[in-house]
Amino acid sequence: MVTGLLFSKSCVRAGLKAFDYTEYPSRIRGGHNTYLVQIGEQEIFSHDRSVEILVALNQETIDLHIEELSAGGAVIYDPDDKKISVVRLRKDLVYVPLQMAKIASDIAGNRLMRNTVALGATFSLLQFPKEIAYSIMKDVFGSKGKEVIQQNIDTFNGGFDSVSKQQIERFGWKLEARESKGDIVVTGNDAISIGAIAAGVKFYSAYPMTPASSILTYMAEHAESYGIVVKHAEDEISVVNMAIGAGHMGVRSMCATSGGGFALMNEGYGLAAITETPVLIVLVQRPGPATGLPTWTGQGDLQYALHAAQGEFPRFVLAPGDVSEAFYMTAEALNVAEEYQSPVLLLSDKQLAESHETVPPFDQSKIEIRRGKCVTQRQLNAQKDFKRYDVSVEDGVSPRSFPGMKAGIFIANSDEHDEKGFTEESSENAIAMFQKRQRKFEDFKSKMSQPKLVGDKNADVTFVFWGSVKGAVQEAMKKLKEYKTTTNHLQITWLSPFPSETVLKILNASKRVLLVENNMDGQLGQLIREQTGFEIKEKILKYDGRPFFPEEIIEYINKE
Amino acid sequence: MAILKDFETKHFPTWCPGCGNYGIWTTVKQALVKAGFEPDQVLIVFGVGCSGNETNFLHGYGFHGLHGRPLPIAHGAKIARRNVKVVVIGGDGDGYGEGLAHFIHTIRGNPELTYIVHDNQVYGLTKGQTSPTSEKGYKSSSTPSGVIEKPINPLSLALAAEATFVSQGFAGNAVHLTDLIVKALKHPGFSLVNVLQPCVTFNHHNTFQWFYRRVYDLAKEGYVTNDRMKAIERAREWGERIPLGVFFEEVRDTYEEDLPQLAKMPLADEPLDDIDISPLLKELQ
Repeated sequence: MVTGLLFSKSCVRAGLKAFDYTEYPSRIRGGHNTYLVQIGEQEIFSHDRSVEILVALNQETIDLHIEELSAGGAVIYDPDDKKISVVRLRKDLVYVPLQMAKIASDIAGNRLMRNTVALGATFSLLQFPKEIAYSIMKDVFGSKGKEVIQQNIDTFNGGFDSVSKQQIERFGWKLEARESKGDIVVTGNDAISIGAIAAGVKFYSAYPMTPASSILTYMAEHAESYGIVVKHAEDEISVVNMAIGAGHMGVRSMCATSGGGFALMNEGYGLAAITETPVLIVLVQRPGPATGLPTWTGQGDLQYALHAAQGEFPRFVLAPGDVSEAFYMTAEALNVAEEYQSPVLLLSDKQLAESHETVPPFDQSKIEIRRGKCVTQRQLNAQKDFKRYDVSVEDGVSPRSFPGMKAGIFIANSDEHDEKGFTEESSENAIAMFQKRQRKFEDFKSKMSQPKLVGDKNADVTFVFWGSVKGAVQEAMKKLKEYKTTTNHLQITWLSPFPSETVLKILNASKRVLLVENNMDGQLGQLIREQTGFEIKEKILKYDGRPFFPEEIIEYINKE
Repeated sequence: MAILKDFETKHFPTWCPGCGNYGIWTTVKQALVKAGFEPDQVLIVFGVGCSGNETNFLHGYGFHGLHGRPLPIAHGAKIARRNVKVVVIGGDGDGYGEGLAHFIHTIRGNPELTYIVHDNQVYGLTKGQTSPTSEKGYKSSSTPSGVIEKPINPLSLALAAEATFVSQGFAGNAVHLTDLIVKALKHPGFSLVNVLQPCVTFNHHNTFQWFYRRVYDLAKEGYVTNDRMKAIERAREWGERIPLGVFFEEVRDTYEEDLPQLAKMPLADEPLDDIDISPLLKELQ
């Protein structure tokens, strides 16, 4: 486990809230890597721009981040590193020399444990009880034996004691431990995985692709204990087809990828639609096109996801905005896939996928597993002529049978087909089948949950967004209170079918509508205009691979 | 017990008169009967092409997937319900062109699938372009000056990928082919039946007569099927003599056997009402 996460978890065990965010280039090691942890007493939805403690393992870190430090903040650096110099730098900071490499080598015999030395130093600066770190280390390294635990604790103490001796009093921040609330520290990818497990996914296939890969590794790690088969296939084409094969047989199945892999899945996505096979596809976005910015974040795939694959068919697309939504919406997406016998696409992005958020433990009792219409053997026995794709059903959903059942034979056919699945190209049949599939969409649209306005009534500003932008918007809304600006937000979770009437009604009644998106085109804005005719004129768009800072939103509001 | 007619549908094949597919269609039905299967106990996954159209003529649970992709669908399906017999039927363009990666990778895992390939060395459904198994120099509408590439050899590829059952039949010898498919269906693991199948409409080179003069039965030459290197040697035979029969067979763990998750019951039958995620949440505290 990385040291930054040890820090986040320590804080959460001490009853605080943590949000963390990592940046790393697309290579195995080296390059400039950062791990940013934001700590607070109240809920934190996103990191912000200011930094109070900078642990610099090299000069590049100081050069790149020194301007981000709040006045009075601390820079922890290694005075033995001849390449590092802190002379003639900002005078309003506290420079904390810490022999990270030496302490790590002396205690652990491994200079790579510098991070742990720095963790101890950070605890000391913040006057944070070190016992909390001990307890985390015992849990995290428990499987590696007592010696490893002790070595980590000793190394941690090396850093802690070194700073304590220096009696740094000018540093103005302090963390106070409170009673633990039992919160969890979780990423969007973890939340999707756990949501899938809770909702009964038994087949998961994938091909590694950042930032979706940690769903694969999470599922693989827990596969055997939950009776799940996880298949790392040869490519994403195989991935989606395997998931369809498993879904066809009645297993809850899911796969996940990023944009490039989803491009390979497109034909299979349409296959699931025409064969009416349930499958959940998770698309964790990163900026493209092609390989693009592999380890960075963005929301550039919305319009692509809404139109992926050839032909016309109901496209069910939803997007959670935070880790809790990722958990509950994954489970719900699996229900929709089976109830409507359809592929469902769940959109996430790197910011949601890999950032840790502090939330109360997910409540499994809120998850209901609904498998949709399936025939029983008894029903099949009583029927003379089972029609898998019976077009007479009002809601478009005809009951499924499964291979192995007597008298339930049908063909899942990628060609347009008749009610039993035989290839059929007549005009009447084509219209009937197109309409049957479309009726599923209309039925869902009439029942789906509607978006709600959250925040102040009759607010000065209404933020409109989808996905992980939620975190920065929520943080901005907290801080805008200080400027006496009233705000609320309209988050779109179901993007297709689109809740047109509700959205139009809310937008028409809003004073000032502001679109916030992590892409260049304002793709949700395009969608809203297409679906409602309402044009959002004010847009805050960011498309440099970085997530929003709340400050960027606040600055936009305040400059107007 | 099922009879031949049970595996027929109300649709009669739409293939060209004299097509080798008729022979394969008949032998598949016969082999399913001989091997003791009922139509509702099998899932037959088809690729897209002339062979894929068989989906409409063969009664049983069917899945007519995408061009080149029947193997992953079948593999996923087999994992989901290992108690169902899963057969895959595709063509040479489908399996050795568009889907070649799946061919090799599926073989590696040795799932219990029987893969029957209609190998007619030409694209029939799209009207006569060259295929991955067309002979070098073969002239077609997409290669009017002749194919530059050498053909894929599916048998030696399968053998090199550690396949556990590799065989070749001929659409013009139904008795032999039926026997071969029965063996393949009974093989505990991945079984390949490559079927040499003349396309009477577009391939005027590799005709029935052309094959009749060349094919021979490995079994009649005292060939033993347990030596992979010898099998590769035979698999490379093409031209004056073309071998038919089982080239190689061995038994090793199937993909399904190597998954403890599948030991108790079919994955699709696993109950979903006793899942407890609290240990996962605890890990995150």
